[in-house]
Amino acid sequence: MSRLTPRIAPYAFLAPAIVVTLVFTLYPLAQSMVLSGEQTYGPAATRWVGLDNFARLLDDPLFWTAVRNTTVYSLASLFIQLPLAFGLAMLLDRPSLRGRNVYRAIFFVPQLMGLAFAAVLGALAFEKRAGLVNIALHWLVAKCTGNALGWDLDFPWLQSHIMPTLIVISLWMYVGYNMVFFLAALQNVDRSLTEAAMIDGAGPLTRLRHVTLPAVRPVAVFVVLLSLTGSFQLFELPYILLDESGGPRNGGLTIVMYLYQRGFQQGDLGYASAIGWVLGVGLIGLALAMTPLLWRRTGE
Amino acid sequence: MSERRQEPSSHSKRVAVGRAGLHFMLLVLAGVTLVPFVWLLLASLKTPEDFAGSLFFPRNAEGAIDLGRFTFTNYERLFTEVGLGNALLNSVFLASAAAVLATVCCAAAGYALAHFRFKGRIPLSLVLIATVVIPPTLLLAPLYKLLFDLSLLDTYTGLLLPGLAPAFGIILFRQAMLQGVPTALLEAGRIDGCSEWGLFVDVAMPLVRPMVGAFMMITFLAMWNNFITPQIVLQSQEKYPLAVAVAQLRGLYQQEYGMMMAGTVVAVAPVAALFLWFQRDFIAGLTSGAVKG
Repeated sequence: MSRLTPRIAPYAFLAPAIVVTLVFTLYPLAQSMVLSGEQTYGPAATRWVGLDNFARLLDDPLFWTAVRNTTVYSLASLFIQLPLAFGLAMLLDRPSLRGRNVYRAIFFVPQLMGLAFAAVLGALAFEKRAGLVNIALHWLVAKCTGNALGWDLDFPWLQSHIMPTLIVISLWMYVGYNMVFFLAALQNVDRSLTEAAMIDGAGPLTRLRHVTLPAVRPVAVFVVLLSLTGSFQLFELPYILLDESGGPRNGGLTIVMYLYQRGFQQGDLGYASAIGWVLGVGLIGLALAMTPLLWRRTGE
Repeated sequence: MSERRQEPSSHSKRVAVGRAGLHFMLLVLAGVTLVPFVWLLLASLKTPEDFAGSLFFPRNAEGAIDLGRFTFTNYERLFTEVGLGNALLNSVFLASAAAVLATVCCAAAGYALAHFRFKGRIPLSLVLIATVVIPPTLLLAPLYKLLFDLSLLDTYTGLLLPGLAPAFGIILFRQAMLQGVPTALLEAGRIDGCSEWGLFVDVAMPLVRPMVGAFMMITFLAMWNNFITPQIVLQSQEKYPLAVAVAQLRGLYQQEYGMMMAGTVVAVAPVAALFLWFQRDFIAGLTSGAVKG
């Protein structure tokens, strides 16, 4: 290799990233616009249909089922998972707590397991008879009530409670993950401000609202965004859990699962691209709407 | 968490009760988090009869715990019947290659954006960084078509190349290079006759080592756990990584839960070991983007 001068060096260092981004991100992005106006059968056979895909999408009941399921799942992550993660971070934030690094590591560990593997484990854990979850329920109810109530605790989770199953598995996986971000954010809380508030007689709730929350807000916005974009693209978990289908009455069909079914199981890459664009525009809009919240406090 | 009690006998007593309650709660949560792993590991060592007959430890005919009933049969069968060893090697190769190549690619780009002033720097930065908002699922269909057109379907090149320059990696390394590498040091190196490549490899990279470690872990894990891309790009059985191969066990061994459990253990154990080894770096790297708020 001939010697790089400072003039051309930056271009040489950037070249691989630029080539990869151009060929494998920007070109496909443009291509997907063209594709969304086509009907395809596999990658080679195409027919131009204009905006037909989008019109068909609006009238497609399966698409709306997928949108509804995905929205329910995403709102659950937002309103159940993130408050739990924040609460856990608050509990583990005190430096005097013994074993807090061990706790942090334990809560984080499920996140290492990919969704595909968690789905295989989940399919067995939520099995009607031999699954861990129902056996644990039996045990817990027997301990608390002595089984006097005679409840039927063999819940058919994967047959008729798909959404709760998905939400519980993702709680197990992601509460500890989001906790790590909140713990980092709590480092930004000014201890002297907390103490001053205490001296002034501010109760725990007032301190939370006026001292802690403003300090963690940028990270909280970031975590909310990360969590929403992740949940809206949920695929592996229901796909594997429900044996490559949407489950009974498509109760577990998500948007990306539907995209996959249409594009890769039925071969219509055009329709899949249209679904991708509706989802993509929604997510990018969400990100743009939330970005100002993210940067507002960086002046400090 | 710390509930208010009426008329505490003394302050220290109240603190002690509060702390015990906190530990109790955390221990219960830690138990709930870990029990699935214990169940998974033990079930992978059981025969189908013992799986049905016991939750954790297998029991003999008299109902007493009998550790002698544990068996490695499931693992032996996975490696001989299904060739899971092959999938394990594929995953090790793919994840390592992705980690090394993406790190070099992103570090070089981040270095250039942080430490050079050149024509087109602003627009190039904007383009590279703005792609972070593109949801990867939007690109699935066109990427498949592109790989088909380039004859890269069912190849590792087609699986690895598109993920080599993730925008968040370029952003992280640009930040790390700005904060960790003093411009004066690079200037001094140039005066001493150091080559530009040498400055990057021998001066800049060692100074951002924590980021290199964390980013390699993140990309390794992302490729190891990636399911949808290999599922779409790869077609031949012998090329499948663990994520696809283990998911297939569900169809292959519908009633033999131990086999699925053992496959999951094979897939999760290596990354769990890796995490325990590099825990501190990993969490530091993960949150480094967030704490700069």
